[in-house]
Amino acid sequence: MTDKRIETTLIQAPSRRAFLRGAAATGAGLAASAASGQDIPDPLITEVQDWASGTGDGVDATPYGLPIEFESDVIRRNVAWLTADTISSINFTPIHALDGTITPQGCAFERHHSGAIELSKSDYRLMIHGLVDTPLVFTYADLERFPRINKTFFLECAANTGMEWAGAQLNGAQFTHGMIHNMEYSGVSLRSLLNEAGLTAAGDFKDKWVYVEGADASSNGRSIPLEKALDDVMIAFKANGEALRKEHGYPVRLVVPGWEGNMWIKWLRRIEITDQAIESREETSKYTDTLEDGTARKWTWVMDAKSVVTSPSPQAPIAHGKGPLVITGLAWSGRGAIIGVDVTIDGGKTWQKARLAAPGQPMALTRFYLDIDWDGSEMYLQSRAHDDTGYVQPTKTQLREVRGLNSVYHNNCIQTWWVKANGEAENVEVS
Amino acid sequence: MSKYLKLALVTAITTGCLSAPVLAAGLGVGRVALPEEIAAWDKDIAPDGTGLPVGSGSVEYGEEIFSETCASCHGEFAEGVDNWPKLSGGMNTLDREDPVKTIGSYWPYLSTTYDYIRRSMPFGGAQTLSDDDVYAMVAYILYSNDLVDDDFVLSNENFLDVEMPNAGGFIVDDRTVTEYAHFTSETACYENCKDTVEITMRAAVLDVTPIEDTPDTVVEPVQEAAVEVAPVTTEESPAVIAAFDADLAAAGEKVFKKCKACHQVGEGAKNRVGPMLNGVVGASVAHVDGFKYSNDLLAAKDAGRVWDEALISEFLAKPKSVFKKTKMSFAGLKKDSEIASVIEYLKSVSQ
Repeated sequence: MTDKRIETTLIQAPSRRAFLRGAAATGAGLAASAASGQDIPDPLITEVQDWASGTGDGVDATPYGLPIEFESDVIRRNVAWLTADTISSINFTPIHALDGTITPQGCAFERHHSGAIELSKSDYRLMIHGLVDTPLVFTYADLERFPRINKTFFLECAANTGMEWAGAQLNGAQFTHGMIHNMEYSGVSLRSLLNEAGLTAAGDFKDKWVYVEGADASSNGRSIPLEKALDDVMIAFKANGEALRKEHGYPVRLVVPGWEGNMWIKWLRRIEITDQAIESREETSKYTDTLEDGTARKWTWVMDAKSVVTSPSPQAPIAHGKGPLVITGLAWSGRGAIIGVDVTIDGGKTWQKARLAAPGQPMALTRFYLDIDWDGSEMYLQSRAHDDTGYVQPTKTQLREVRGLNSVYHNNCIQTWWVKANGEAENVEVS
Repeated sequence: MSKYLKLALVTAITTGCLSAPVLAAGLGVGRVALPEEIAAWDKDIAPDGTGLPVGSGSVEYGEEIFSETCASCHGEFAEGVDNWPKLSGGMNTLDREDPVKTIGSYWPYLSTTYDYIRRSMPFGGAQTLSDDDVYAMVAYILYSNDLVDDDFVLSNENFLDVEMPNAGGFIVDDRTVTEYAHFTSETACYENCKDTVEITMRAAVLDVTPIEDTPDTVVEPVQEAAVEVAPVTTEESPAVIAAFDADLAAAGEKVFKKCKACHQVGEGAKNRVGPMLNGVVGASVAHVDGFKYSNDLLAAKDAGRVWDEALISEFLAKPKSVFKKTKMSFAGLKKDSEIASVIEYLKSVSQ
């Protein structure tokens, strides 16, 4: 039974487990393969393969394409024990298997409170009311007539890495850090819509709020200071060039750059200017941070600088043995741009500067690489991010000293992967 | 050219300003929101009571409707079932290991409870409760937290008099002072930062990571099922084709979204808040093993009652009129066409 199962999975798609076995078995043998060469000719080269002889699919085989079957392992996954059911739940982006910075919509994590609803553009309405000069209703077509903007931002759930507060728990970057995605949004500024309604009635902006609400049954709502709303908040209807996916709020969602994902209201239907925070469920009972003495921080909106090595990692072990190794990962900050990432392979005794694939952009993911000559010995692999405010990503110990052990949200600590000599990796905490 | 545009051009020419600040004056896009429309959507309630509707509800009545509507997930005493939220208890646990955060122990404002229930509950039937029902439910939740007596009646008049135990338990984000000042790049070490590094905790020891990758779970059952089931489906396939109307079933699949919060159906369906529904059409009442049915349904089972289409139709129209004590908190499907289609869907997925 067990053997058959492994065979099946290897043929269909290499599961993590099967891959680990392969890596462990061949890791040592493959070491320094370039130098040793190969004696037997490779039939993939010497024999004519089917794909080099016959024909492939015609142009209309898939009018809208999905990834090729060999990539069927690169999918969102959930952790069943976290939530009572999948309708009010979360899944995780397979960041261990992605590269670059843009997250494809089809594998970008989802978080719903009452399930992903189907709301058509023709049924869509957006209302702005409260302390405005003229309360307004917009259709989807109306929104398309405001000056368009394009911006790339990360969205991170405040609970990302939250399961790791008490200790190393989930074995994989997807599970520890996968409540994040990074997309290029097209839409309009919230400011342009608020100006359309007129803000003379709001008086002094400093103590005013916008309350934003979704159209789904959870009617998830959050209070955002008016100054932030007027600064950089977007009403988005496209992501990575195409319409938002249902699970990300089609046809319209809010984009709140640098701030926790729960505020990025999906299926946005209502914007109310108020003179106080509404203190909804999602900003009191949830998304507040309990400290050691039992008091809790509220209004902790901004996501602090953070990074993680995505490969090698528990789901992406080293399969090639010692020699040239690409260490890569992601870094981001809700307070600005990433200006540098350091990587250690010895658990923090020494750190070296990683190479940024491109200069960091404000409130967007940055890809980093460190190219090393791995000697095949075990590593305690960590990364730490620096942003342009002068902030450096802290250790878990440093965060616990301030917040205690009962916090859940906003865990931006340095992550450790224990990479063993056979190339496998495990989520650990180190001294 | 419209009259309006002509006028605009004349104005522009006479003032000599073709690049007028159009945005500052607005684009004229969108329409004025009507008072009825604002009233329909503007349901939020602020901590100072802004937005509270006129009304009232008693603990006594709240207990009754809580039991019918909420208890299947939140427990009879609001203590929570499985992973569903606990609404009561947990007093004085916030500074201990694993604090229990309930409405009583943690929520700072009562307005949040009313606001959330009125807009988002019950799960799968949001915005179906009357304002008075919500007052009664909030009153019962307060009672279940020992915050009011059993004869208490909550209303918009006395709402702000209720004292929430953890009202003073929150501070505004202070990371600027407590964290940002200390976690600085200036202090980052690069060489000889520590003498030793030891593993202090391993995720593998806990072993809570989901290891069944989707391709595994999908591939294996399909292959096994194909071997075992194949002969049966071949013999019965003509009957299967005739057994349900595909279009009607497709319409029913959409209606079934209202049921999905509690019921699963199809391959791999399991009991959730409600029993799984595979094969329910034509089965005996309370036929699913391992689900805790109400006494009403168990009695019907003993009496030999069967979920034929007539009984299901009646039940789906108004569940509590058929089985008074059913745990199903769903109010019912209003349209006969919805009922017919959802039955067709259940037949189709059970084939």
